[in-house]
Amino acid sequence: MRRSLFFLQKQWPIFLVILAAILIPLFLQKTSYSYLIRILGLTGLYMIMALGLNIVVGFIGLLDLGFMAFYAIGAYSMALLSRAGVGFWWSLPACVLITMIFRLVIGAPVLRLRGDYLAIVTLGFGEITRIILNNWDSLTNGPKGLSLLTSDAVKPVRLAHWTLSTNTDFYYLILFFVILCVLVSSRLENSRVGRAWVAIRENEVAARLLGINLTRLKMVGFVASAAFAGMAGGIFARWENFVTPESFTFWESVMLVTMVVIGGMGSIPGVLLGAAIVALVPEALRNILGSEFVSWRTLIFGVALVLVAVFRPQGIWPNKRLSRELHLEEDARGST
Amino acid sequence: MANLIEQLLNGLTLGSIYALVALGYTMVYGILLMINFAHSEIFMAGAFLGWAALIITRSLPGPWGILIAFVVGMLGCGILAVGIEKAAYAPLRRAPRLAPLISAIGVSIILQNAVFLWRNDFLAFPLVFPQVQIPVGSVQLSLIQLVILGTSVSLMILLWLFVNKTRLGQAMRACSQDREAAELVGIPVDRIISMTFFIGAVLGGAAGILFSLYYGSIKYNMGFVPGMKAFTAAVLGGIGNVPGAMLGGVLLGSAEAMGTAFLPESDWKDVFAFGILILILIFRPRGILGEKTADKV
Repeated sequence: MRRSLFFLQKQWPIFLVILAAILIPLFLQKTSYSYLIRILGLTGLYMIMALGLNIVVGFIGLLDLGFMAFYAIGAYSMALLSRAGVGFWWSLPACVLITMIFRLVIGAPVLRLRGDYLAIVTLGFGEITRIILNNWDSLTNGPKGLSLLTSDAVKPVRLAHWTLSTNTDFYYLILFFVILCVLVSSRLENSRVGRAWVAIRENEVAARLLGINLTRLKMVGFVASAAFAGMAGGIFARWENFVTPESFTFWESVMLVTMVVIGGMGSIPGVLLGAAIVALVPEALRNILGSEFVSWRTLIFGVALVLVAVFRPQGIWPNKRLSRELHLEEDARGST
Repeated sequence: MANLIEQLLNGLTLGSIYALVALGYTMVYGILLMINFAHSEIFMAGAFLGWAALIITRSLPGPWGILIAFVVGMLGCGILAVGIEKAAYAPLRRAPRLAPLISAIGVSIILQNAVFLWRNDFLAFPLVFPQVQIPVGSVQLSLIQLVILGTSVSLMILLWLFVNKTRLGQAMRACSQDREAAELVGIPVDRIISMTFFIGAVLGGAAGILFSLYYGSIKYNMGFVPGMKAFTAAVLGGIGNVPGAMLGGVLLGSAEAMGTAFLPESDWKDVFAFGILILILIFRPRGILGEKTADKV
């Protein structure tokens, strides 16, 4: 049994899901629902980010409330590089690298902070990033945002002899990267580093006694997670051809945490499901509710969040190891 | 110089409001180790309840209107918070730590959108207090600033007395030290938790009304920014620590005012406030008044 690829053990349902994901746009393309392709593409970007955040929140157990900042850094890097005439396939790794460097510099002084102190510092950095993007007019054009359409230097996104421009093109590009991120995540989870993360999540002091270098391993996870966000940000900027600070608010960071937690912290299929639910439910409600009740959809979404949290506190598709531990704890309580 | 002192007074006024809200965050955190995200919406609910009460009691003479508004806003928020606690947080006492956070985010969305569906635009908050300036030495202090400082300081003194001098306060402190041990010595922990939510929300509701009296307008999403600042203040002082929240609020308000004095563009003052927070936490990882506790396995 190949334990390292546990996520691929029961392979056929996965291929079914991938097949469905490939076929969906073909069905939607010619119908009046073709706008859904764009929404599904955005969902894919959320999935990439949620998988990244899952490393920090799910594997290591640290709360990060400013993750959107790194999506923003990726997006702005892409916008600036593209306007400077750098091609997409060079810019994308550059975005990832730049985002990781930012994360490294920010992480270095703050990773010794524990629990909610770390959460508030990440929140602070998230807000600072947004405010700087909003006010540094000479670089970011402030609240008006940066457009890639007004600059002649921007090169089209080429892949072999195709040019990617439509929503469907980007949908497939994003699908490819979602699959890549799932593979990277599951390999990370089952690596030496991943097991060390779980040890840190379960008990920092015990992990330290086992000889795990806490700050260094937290840093590895912190920086790795930023790579996901930088990548998603880069793709977003090139797809949208426009970036503005308004896309990267604190509320978006909170929604990312929500995706990870309601899906099931540390569980890769759970996180994908969580991202899909949080991104798609408000959209689905828009269609289900008539025009009269459309403004109720956020309220209904809030109710749904509370219900999920109360009835499935471990997440909709929980991590096996985590839920087993929770049950053990309940049993221990029950027997005493 | 006089200008600087006036800025500092502005900062203190705002800071005392942050401090009132921060107390709600910090007391709940002290007992449940949970970030009560919905607290900023309690602040907003206080403002709306106060507004409704003021509109209804328009015809009453003298200070009755505003007094009733305070009573309605504070009690209303307290009851609301206890209800939220029972419905959305109490079932999650033994759940993984982030589950109550998600529940709180959900409650926050519900409250904001419920108010949004009712009134989705800016509403003018009646400016009850005449806009007069009171000279104090060489600086000018407005009447409303005096009211805000007076109300919040007296509320904080009351809270301090309650926490430190009464048996209920003692029980509350016991719960925040060790919930299981408190249960063992016969403290009704669930009731103490409800009470903590009630008190935090009463202070938050009062802060909402004071804030609206200061700025003169309210909106369904008005709680977000002050709520975030107040949470920052609570962490700054050392989360879980009552005097720390007061100190953190006042410090954050003053830091912001100083930021405005030195950096003319208003947006940068938030960078200033968060920058200070990050610096303080790097050098004092548990906040200013937070105690250093050893990690236990």
